Amino acid sequence: MSGVLVITEQHDGTWNKMSLETLAAGQQIGGSVSAAVIGQGVDSLAKELAGYALDKVYTVNHDLLKGYTADAQTEAVAQLIKHVNPDLVIFPHTYEVRDFAPKLAARFGQVLISDVVGLRAEGGPPVFVRQLFQGKLNSDVQATGPAPHFASMQAGAFRADNLKTGSATVESFVPTLDASKIRQKPEAPFRESARAVDLTAAEIIVSVGRGIKEKDNIHIVEELAKALGGELAASRPICDSGWLPMERQVGSSGQTVSPKVYLAVGISGAIQHLVGMKGAKTIIAINKDANAPIFEVADYGIIGDLFEVVPALIEEVKKAKA
Amino acid sequence: MKIIVAIKQVPVRDSQLRIDSSGHWIQEGDLSFEINEPDAYALEEALQLKEKHGGEVVALCLGPARASQTIREALAKGADRAIHIEEENLPALDTLAIAKLLANAAKAESAELVLTGLQSDDLGAGQTGVVMAELLGLPHGTLIMAVDVNGNSIKVKRELENGWFQNVTMPLPAVLTIQSGINKLRYATLMGIKKAKTKEVKRLTTAELGGASAPVAVIQKVYLPLRSKQTQIMEGDAKTAAAKLVEKLKFEVRVI
Repeated sequence: MSGVLVITEQHDGTWNKMSLETLAAGQQIGGSVSAAVIGQGVDSLAKELAGYALDKVYTVNHDLLKGYTADAQTEAVAQLIKHVNPDLVIFPHTYEVRDFAPKLAARFGQVLISDVVGLRAEGGPPVFVRQLFQGKLNSDVQATGPAPHFASMQAGAFRADNLKTGSATVESFVPTLDASKIRQKPEAPFRESARAVDLTAAEIIVSVGRGIKEKDNIHIVEELAKALGGELAASRPICDSGWLPMERQVGSSGQTVSPKVYLAVGISGAIQHLVGMKGAKTIIAINKDANAPIFEVADYGIIGDLFEVVPALIEEVKKAKA
Repeated sequence: MKIIVAIKQVPVRDSQLRIDSSGHWIQEGDLSFEINEPDAYALEEALQLKEKHGGEVVALCLGPARASQTIREALAKGADRAIHIEEENLPALDTLAIAKLLANAAKAESAELVLTGLQSDDLGAGQTGVVMAELLGLPHGTLIMAVDVNGNSIKVKRELENGWFQNVTMPLPAVLTIQSGINKLRYATLMGIKKAKTKEVKRLTTAELGGASAPVAVIQKVYLPLRSKQTQIMEGDAKTAAAKLVEKLKFEVRVI
C-alpha cells in the first residue's frame, strides 16, 4: 500500500487512550489509512478498530510481545512496515513510543518527527508542527528522505471524539521473533507507594514551578493554596529538587488533573506539564515572562513577580472570604 | 568501567528567544549557554557510578567552539577527559546525523556504558540516545531513574507514565537515557576547576567521523505559537492585579 499506518498502543488488552487520538490524526492526513495493534491476544481490540473508517486493521500477535521490550517491539513493527509498505507511520507520543520509535526510524534511515501538536496535509509529505525550546517556539517540520516517514502525536493534539466510523478488514500479521535477540528483561511495573495525595479529586489546585527559586519560598504558594482551600501541586523540577514530594507532581510523569481551577505560579508551561493540566476548567497563570507558554492555555493571567503578586493575592482572597 | 556521557550545550533556560532572519532558527549571538539539564543528570550519574565501581568518565559533546565552556564545566565536575566534535552549524543537522557522529566517536572508545539525557531543552526530540544505541548495536533503556551495575549486566529503573516504574535488566555494554531528578547534581569544586584546565580535550571534526549525513527531516520555519485561548491579563501593580483576579474568581469562576 501507500498511505498512513497508525501504530496503536495497548497494555493487557486496554487501550492507551492516545491510540484513538492518533487514529484521528491519521484520518486528518487522509488517503489510505490503516492501523495495527501490537501485543499478544489483541484480536478483540482489532475488532474494535475495524469499526472505524480504515482500509485495514493489522493484528501483530506474538508471545514475545506480551510484555513490552524495545528490541521485540522494534523488530515486530519493522517487519510489519516492510509487509505493509506505508508512506508514513504514526504513533501516539507515549513513553513506550519514545523508547522504541526512534530506534525503529533509524533502522529505516529516518528520523522520528516526535511530539507533533498539529499537521497540514497539502499533497506530498505532510508538514508537522512541533514545539521547540520547551514550548516557547513552534516549528514546521517535513520529512525529506524516501518513505517510510515516522511521526508521533502529542497527547490531546487530535480529538478522538470525531473519528469517522466504517468497516475495515482485519489481517493477521505474525512477526518472526527470536527470544535470544531480545536483550531487555523487564519485570512487572510497580508504583513506589500508595498515593497519599490524590490531586485528581481536588477542585482547586495551586501549582508551583521553577519561578519559586528556593525551597524556603514554597510556603508562600502553600499559603495561597490554603487561602483558596485548594491542594498544593508542583511541576517536575520542584519535585526533582526534592522541594515537594513526587506525589504532588502534575504532568506526564506525575498526575493528570482536571480541576475546576488550576493556578500555575512560576510555571513556564513545558509540554510535559501542560499535558497534565490542560484539561482544567479554568487555568490561571502568574508568571514574570509574558511569552511563557503557560499563557497559551491560561484563561486569566498576571504578568509579574510572583513574590509580589502571591502575597497580594493571599490578602485579597482572605478579604473576599472574610 | 568506562562511561561515555553525551552532553549538549543549549541556551540558558530563561533566555528571551528571537527568531533569526532566515526564519529557520533563533538568533544565537546575544544568548548565554549552559549544559542541557537532563545531560547534567546523566553526567552526575556517570560520576557516581565511577565513584562506586571505578573507571573513567568521558564527556562527549557535539557543538560549536562555544561548547568548550560546557565541556570545561563537565571536566571540572569530575569527568576525566572529553571529546569535542566541532560543528559550527548544528541546526543544519538532523537527529540522525547528530546521533551518527556521536556514535562514531563513541565506537572508538568501546565504553561499557553510554549515558545521555532523555531529551534536549532546545529541540526536545528525545531520540539521540536511542538512535545511538541502534547505530552501535547496543541495548538501551530510556527515562532511567536508577542504575544498578552487576558485573556484566545492569538493572535499571525505567519511568513509565502516571507514576509507574519498571525494572529492566540488560547486558553491558548498553546505552541509557537519564531522566531528570535521578540524583542530586553536584557543583564543581575550586580544585575541580583548577584540575579541569589540565585534562585532555580531544577535538574531532565531523569529517574525521565520516561527515554529517544529509538531513531527512527539515525545519522549514520557526515561529511563535498561536494562543489557543485568549488570556485575560489582569493589569496594574501586584495589589491591583490581585484584586482584579479575586473579582474574577468570585463572579466568573465562582470558587470564592
